[in-house]
Amino acid sequence: MTRGLTPATKMGLSISIATGLYGISFGALSIAAGLNLWQTVALSALMFTGGSQFAFIGVISGGGAGSAAFSAASLLGVRNAVYGMQIKQTLRPHGRHVPWMAQVTIDESTAVSLGQAGIGEKRRGFFTAGIGVYVLWNLFTIIGALLGERMGDPAAWGLDGAAVAAFIGLLWPRLTSMQPVLIAVAAAILTALAVPVSAPGLPILITAVAAALYAVFSVRTKPAATEHGGLRSVDEEQA
Amino acid sequence: MSELSWWILASCLTAYAIKLCGYFVPRKVLDSPLMTHVASTLTVALLASLVTVNAFTSGQELVIDARIGALAAAIIALIFKAPYLVVVLVGALAAVLLRATGLAA
Repeated sequence: MTRGLTPATKMGLSISIATGLYGISFGALSIAAGLNLWQTVALSALMFTGGSQFAFIGVISGGGAGSAAFSAASLLGVRNAVYGMQIKQTLRPHGRHVPWMAQVTIDESTAVSLGQAGIGEKRRGFFTAGIGVYVLWNLFTIIGALLGERMGDPAAWGLDGAAVAAFIGLLWPRLTSMQPVLIAVAAAILTALAVPVSAPGLPILITAVAAALYAVFSVRTKPAATEHGGLRSVDEEQA
Repeated sequence: MSELSWWILASCLTAYAIKLCGYFVPRKVLDSPLMTHVASTLTVALLASLVTVNAFTSGQELVIDARIGALAAAIIALIFKAPYLVVVLVGALAAVLLRATGLAA
């Protein structure tokens, strides 16, 4: 069945199935958070960026306001702008494709694309993962939302465990050297410290602002490295 | 439409606008090492923050329950280079087993 598929297509398909199934977890947790079916479907079809979607329903289920959910989801989505830049840089898309390519510019499609060698494979990786995740994520969101209404507690199905595993699974490949490991540990500690003293959703924002400030500061203290492109090559390895 | 639905719509539009933004950045700016550096740092920090929130919190409380077992099981699967799909399933299975055996809440 997989004969004739290129490595990029195979990787794109497997990440599509993995992430798509995870949509069950999103659909069920969204209903459990108090959203209705249409609100859940709208988040997957229109927002379509997993981290932001989970952040949005996480704030709501924690009793947070819609405005706080909006802020958390939007800030978490900022990285997609960076992915868009990277995809524009490597795939050099025609202007007429940009509107729909932007919608499928997410962690998975970018990661699969950046992981390939050669422009053809990079394109196939982006399109397979982008379109594959979009279709399956939305399909399984609906299934999860319908099941979720009946099963009540997603924890009984281990879906909260699946969510934890899915996030560590996205983080893990980025922990390729000491620096990202230290950033991840610092971010986890800062988040844990912020949880009891701030509104739901805010710990993630606080951590993001701290990380961005740290990144700007750490570059300014090492001008030689940026002048010679040292940091860029390190970042590309991490991506 | 309820107030929540308006916030959902606003969030969806903002998410799309943010995605689109990346494609309108001139290539000169894209080559800025600062941008790449901030982006990669932010991504790692955000994912680590999400792991923490999903594994250890319930509302504004820090809690230890079956999800920490899911995290540990997922990490073991990752160390053994399991495919992403398997990692997610292992996490779910660990949470289910810990609760079924009464070892964790």
